[in-house]
Amino acid sequence: MKTILVPVKMVLDSNARPRVRTDESGIDLSGMRMSINPFCEIAVEEALRLKEAGLAEEVVVVSIGPAKAQETLRQALAMGADRATLIEIDETVEPLAVAKLLRAVVGEEQPDLVLLGKQAIDDDCNQTGQMLAALLGWPQATFASAVRFEDGRLLVTREIDAGLQRLSLPLPAVVTTDLRLNEPRHCALPNIMKARKKPLKIGAPADYGVDIGRRLKILAVRPPAGRKSGIRVATASELVGDLRAAGIV
Amino acid sequence: MTCDVVIVGAGPAGLAAAIRLRQRAPELQVIVVEKGAETGAHVLSGVVMDPVGLDALLPGWRDEEDRPLRQEVVEDRFAFLTRERAFSVPEMLFPARLGNRGCFVGSLGEVTRYLAGRAEGLGVEIYTGFAATEILYDETGRVVGIATGDMGIGKDGQPTASFTPGMELRARYTLFAEGARGSLSKQVIARNGLDRDSGFQKYGIGIKEVWEVAPGKCHPGLIRHTVGWPLDRHTGGGSFVYHGADHLVTVGFVVHLDYANPTLSPFDEFQRFKTHPSMRDLLAGGRRVAYGARALTEGGWQAVPRVAFPGGALIGCAAGFMNVARIKGSHNAILSGMQAADAIVAEPDLAEPRSYEAGWRMSAIGRDLYPVRNVKPLWSRFGLAGLALGGLDMWAHALAGGGSVLGTLRHRKADHASLRPRAEVTPIAYPNPDGVLTFDRLSSVYLSGVNHEENQPCHLRLADPLLPIRENLPRFGEPARLYCPAGVYEVAVAADGAASFVINAQNCVHCKTCDIKDPAQNITWTPPEGGGGPSYANM
Repeated sequence: MKTILVPVKMVLDSNARPRVRTDESGIDLSGMRMSINPFCEIAVEEALRLKEAGLAEEVVVVSIGPAKAQETLRQALAMGADRATLIEIDETVEPLAVAKLLRAVVGEEQPDLVLLGKQAIDDDCNQTGQMLAALLGWPQATFASAVRFEDGRLLVTREIDAGLQRLSLPLPAVVTTDLRLNEPRHCALPNIMKARKKPLKIGAPADYGVDIGRRLKILAVRPPAGRKSGIRVATASELVGDLRAAGIV
Repeated sequence: MTCDVVIVGAGPAGLAAAIRLRQRAPELQVIVVEKGAETGAHVLSGVVMDPVGLDALLPGWRDEEDRPLRQEVVEDRFAFLTRERAFSVPEMLFPARLGNRGCFVGSLGEVTRYLAGRAEGLGVEIYTGFAATEILYDETGRVVGIATGDMGIGKDGQPTASFTPGMELRARYTLFAEGARGSLSKQVIARNGLDRDSGFQKYGIGIKEVWEVAPGKCHPGLIRHTVGWPLDRHTGGGSFVYHGADHLVTVGFVVHLDYANPTLSPFDEFQRFKTHPSMRDLLAGGRRVAYGARALTEGGWQAVPRVAFPGGALIGCAAGFMNVARIKGSHNAILSGMQAADAIVAEPDLAEPRSYEAGWRMSAIGRDLYPVRNVKPLWSRFGLAGLALGGLDMWAHALAGGGSVLGTLRHRKADHASLRPRAEVTPIAYPNPDGVLTFDRLSSVYLSGVNHEENQPCHLRLADPLLPIRENLPRFGEPARLYCPAGVYEVAVAADGAASFVINAQNCVHCKTCDIKDPAQNITWTPPEGGGGPSYANM
């Protein structure tokens, strides 16, 4: 393979405690800690391992998001990616528009493999990879828990409900990563310093001729209902009695 | 790697120093390391900020689009609380220096992120997620930089698959801007005997929650401070309530760490404070959205150690420039960072930034701290009556043109030495949390967004692992369980009655209180793997 393209998304950090806006329009992100989406980080790591094994020449990362997402790209560069592109936009972009933008980037970069996270932990859509494969007409393997490259074909192990499914794909292809694929590396300080000098190109959606207009309407965003506090019961029969009273057994 | 100046800690002091260095000498390579995963992630303060520091550092900030402070104080209240009532002290009786007119209600996290943006714009390199864990010295004992910690060390102390070694950052000057009780600052103070003439530093613990209050209850720019209930007359501390924008109200409580009763729990005093009628009114119908805690320095003028040493300096709260009477320090943090930077630029070849050491007492920082220097000693000695005396002393100061009949009172003992044995005190019983207005530690810590890599050595080191159960438990009831605002310390009792000391290090919000208050000084706070700790958004 020559080039592996890894799209990455900046999301609210999994340890941050989101605050839903009182007007229910969404999450208040001001001052919140943002991070690389964990599944995307796994995709970067896998691409780097393929490159380090001599199976690819170059890892290119791309992100679609606000200017701050440069930090996410810098992190991917510090991990070892070679180049980065940010398509800068402040508004939320829906999966279909993301997939169309990525298709345009694929046209530009001509990668042999697009490796991306199966979903982002903020909206949990789990659509972009599939949509991109469909738009490109490429084969896809989603939820990868192992990826091998042999005799010009990708061998991908997928975790499915019934067990493990093995797929063999010709290139070019789209692969989305699951949690158990690998454990991403720490970024060493010298690599972070070097990453500041790696090329990072910034463009706008208009440069790619993609309509990013919204097709979905968010009606309301609400925090989950609080859990009621439990009660302590003294005996098993008391428990059964309470469960009966609640109509559970 | 080698640079000109390395700064430990990306808070207001460290970033002000970095900004000032590049403003005055753009050719200097300035590196800031910060243990928080992001700039501001470990920054916590009230905050009503005196803009004097920002005005000096970045004149014109008030006209900027992204300015971090917008809400001026419009009403300043002070009250003495009893269980049921609040007795207001009219603003006209405040000693002149204690007023908050012209100050801003805001978030120090936001100020810090703003400063980080300005610093990076000037070419400062900020590396977040890296904890400085070691000071580098040359053969003459001069500080020549720091080393960041290794990543990927397992619980057993052995490297894991993701091991990434730390890195030495060597510099002509090293500035420690770690905040109150910094782990490296503590070492550099001890090694150089910087506190030989300043005596004991004094500390408090500040615990803070942000509430989104019901419509109509938030009055942006209104601030209120209280003393009195729920603390007894002998225990120093008080509350702060700051009304900001977007229905957000900061509610916080400070307890001075020289309290004597080992059954006192600062966390529970704070929770109880919220049940005061005046607070119930404010918070009813609201919800808590953030929680955090941090130790602060209270020693003031006479407790500031020598701030310069061969190869560097202490700045901000690491040096102890907090003004306890005004409960403000970030303005002095910024000013001290600037002064240290100026000294480095003006005298690049000296062994230490001497003009910073020589100058701060005569500067705006000194003028801020000197008139209030007796408030804390009087408060510690005479409780609330002492606080009143402190106020009178400040009035006398203002009227007599700068003098005090008391001279400068010294701090008599270290905070860890103030506990009385459990047998000699009346144990304090705290009500159970109701889950609406008052909470337990664990649900609170959850809101701080705290996270640590689980597989790493415990960063809270015990010099003697058996001492907590052998000595602290029988004598004091092991106060760590109570002074820790994050539920890190527990005493577990097995079925056979054997007690053991449990450290839930992953809960630690990096407040440093244990390092300060443990009566045996047996606990040492060390930085965990970089990036761990709380994720404060706008604290």
